[in-house]
Amino acid sequence: MYVYQEHDQRLLEERVAQYRDQTRRYLAGELSEDEFLALRLQNGLYIQRYAPMLRISVPYGLLASRQLRRLAHIVRTYDKGFCHVSTRQNIQLNWPSVEEVPDILAELAEVQMHAIQTSGNCIRNITTDEFAGVNPKEIEDPRPWCEIIRQWSTFNPEFAYLPRKFKIAVNAVPDADPALIGVHDIGVQLVHGADGETGFQVWAGGGLGRTPMTGSLIGEFVPWQDLLPYLESILRVYNKYGNRDNKYKARIKILVKALGADKYRELVEQEFAELKDGPMTLTREEVERIQSCFTAPAYQAVDTAALDSKLAEDKAFNRWYHTNTRAHKQAGYRAVTLTLKKTGRIPGDISDEQLEAVADLADQYSFGVLRNSHQQNMVLADVAASDLYDLWKALDALGFATPNLGLITDIVACPGGDLCALANAKSIPVAESIQRRFDNMDYVHDLGPIDLNISGCMNACGHHHIGHIGILGVDKKGKEFYQITLGGRGDRESRVGEKLGPSFESDQITDVVENIIKLYVEKRLENEPFIDTYERIGMEPFKERIYG
Amino acid sequence: MGKLIIDGAIVDNQWQRLETDALENGVPAQGKIIVPLAYWQENREALIARGDVAVWLAPGEEPKDLEDDLAALPLVAIHFPAFKDGRGYSYARELRTRYKFDGEVRATGDVLRDQLFYMTRCGFNAFEVRADRNIEEALQGLKDFSVTYQADVNDPRPIYRRA
Repeated sequence: MYVYQEHDQRLLEERVAQYRDQTRRYLAGELSEDEFLALRLQNGLYIQRYAPMLRISVPYGLLASRQLRRLAHIVRTYDKGFCHVSTRQNIQLNWPSVEEVPDILAELAEVQMHAIQTSGNCIRNITTDEFAGVNPKEIEDPRPWCEIIRQWSTFNPEFAYLPRKFKIAVNAVPDADPALIGVHDIGVQLVHGADGETGFQVWAGGGLGRTPMTGSLIGEFVPWQDLLPYLESILRVYNKYGNRDNKYKARIKILVKALGADKYRELVEQEFAELKDGPMTLTREEVERIQSCFTAPAYQAVDTAALDSKLAEDKAFNRWYHTNTRAHKQAGYRAVTLTLKKTGRIPGDISDEQLEAVADLADQYSFGVLRNSHQQNMVLADVAASDLYDLWKALDALGFATPNLGLITDIVACPGGDLCALANAKSIPVAESIQRRFDNMDYVHDLGPIDLNISGCMNACGHHHIGHIGILGVDKKGKEFYQITLGGRGDRESRVGEKLGPSFESDQITDVVENIIKLYVEKRLENEPFIDTYERIGMEPFKERIYG
Repeated sequence: MGKLIIDGAIVDNQWQRLETDALENGVPAQGKIIVPLAYWQENREALIARGDVAVWLAPGEEPKDLEDDLAALPLVAIHFPAFKDGRGYSYARELRTRYKFDGEVRATGDVLRDQLFYMTRCGFNAFEVRADRNIEEALQGLKDFSVTYQADVNDPRPIYRRA
């Protein structure tokens, strides 16, 4: 993980002091609601349906065990004893008080955490593949580049009052998009040039929300030295020309589409010409300094014989192993996903005691580090094969070993109308109803990989557009309705799903999902996943089955 | 006239910013005035002859519209109708780094303490703090942070190039 230097720590402490004073002035009536709104949002604090929500930044999803323990302490002391993993790898508290947020920030700062720019019209948390650094398919570890971008974006003075929020993701895997860069405001793809040097393909103008679309290629090959000047150029064009009259047309995707990618690129190149080879150019020393924080842990030689016999004799363990663990760069190691998706549990929720238990497991089995995934799960990325059986037992006791990773019950859902003031409809009861319908784990496994995503409104925090099956809550004359999309992808590539047709009432939605699945089962070829069947047969048969 | 912050000190405001409506009968005969860009462009020669004149930019009016005039201007004001409209940050930076403007760059309008630190880093050196706010307190906003990661107008070196 990135190791804070004295100045990084000082910056956080100054931030706590600044925000404490802002809160004091707001409570004293010296700041208007509207003025404080912008300030608190830049600090991740929303005022929600029942209470404020505080979004804590987890840079590219990485959490050290001592940070998990501090989070446990915070949710116990300042909240109701649980928190929520978000689809951008952050942590959300649902019940803090406005008055206590400065104290929470001070507690976070002691473990090098904060809530800087987790909301508001600024550059948000930088996200990446939750398996970054251990994914055998990546061309290099993307996390140092995430950290470099994080520092550039943190309190960047020019880009704190953008037309709208701005999300950047980094991917180092060719031929797949585990970081969803296709649907980010900027997507950064690591590539290697002809000379083997690192460079970046830079995409801009992707996004979900009201007008979902995938991004356009703006920078075909940006050498590593030029990463920050190039990003700055894209941001500057957006800051100057993005729509500020209508918040629904204010994201960079609308500007890129309106101008066209060629024109946008031309404007970027003009800005970039001024910055290129200037002082913002990254130095090899700086990149190496950051990279040195992300070196491989002290892997050991691992005897896998015991694992093989456990796999042979314990069917439940075998299923979990094949579903929830995955291949690793290092021989003898696996990356383990903790599924926070047990039926009856709010997707992505975790309690204070569970945070502490997970911290202990991270220390015992995975070099003290844990990652949040954008599917609202958690990952222990460096587990020796010989430890897997014991770890599985421990996770099972915690309820984090449900063998449904990537399957239909591994539902991604925003907090929805139960908690969020923006939502048009509830998400959590819909998720639970679907999980209960698909309660036979053999059948769920037979169905194979299905991404089912639920958002309670078109802000799309549940990433419904990229679900193979997407469910969107809509409001019709004060009643909750749900619209279904099919064919979205956030796996091999990022793609926006198509609408199935008119929306459904909440008591119909589980039947509709079941009927979609039944049709898939009838139509699928041998071993054909849902998304491939959909792409082969298209939308029409699904429309006929559901509405015919 | 009121007070403003220039280069970190509270001083008397010598300049009057005029909206288009106030210019129907032309500019006042005397006094330092800041006129809208369009008015400047229409009356450039006369205004230069009058002297004591500066220009203010509204959001959407970029420094490049003043490119040929900057040598004749002691001051450019950038107006913030609402503090949330961040275009002015890019304009100030452009004035300083692209056009090498070394006169006064003044923030006017919805100018508040909590934005001053960012504004300073983008090249503003003068701030007409909103009239209903305490300017002495606003001055503290210039000192919110001692640490910065990025290059800015005051130090073109990002943190990784500083000694």
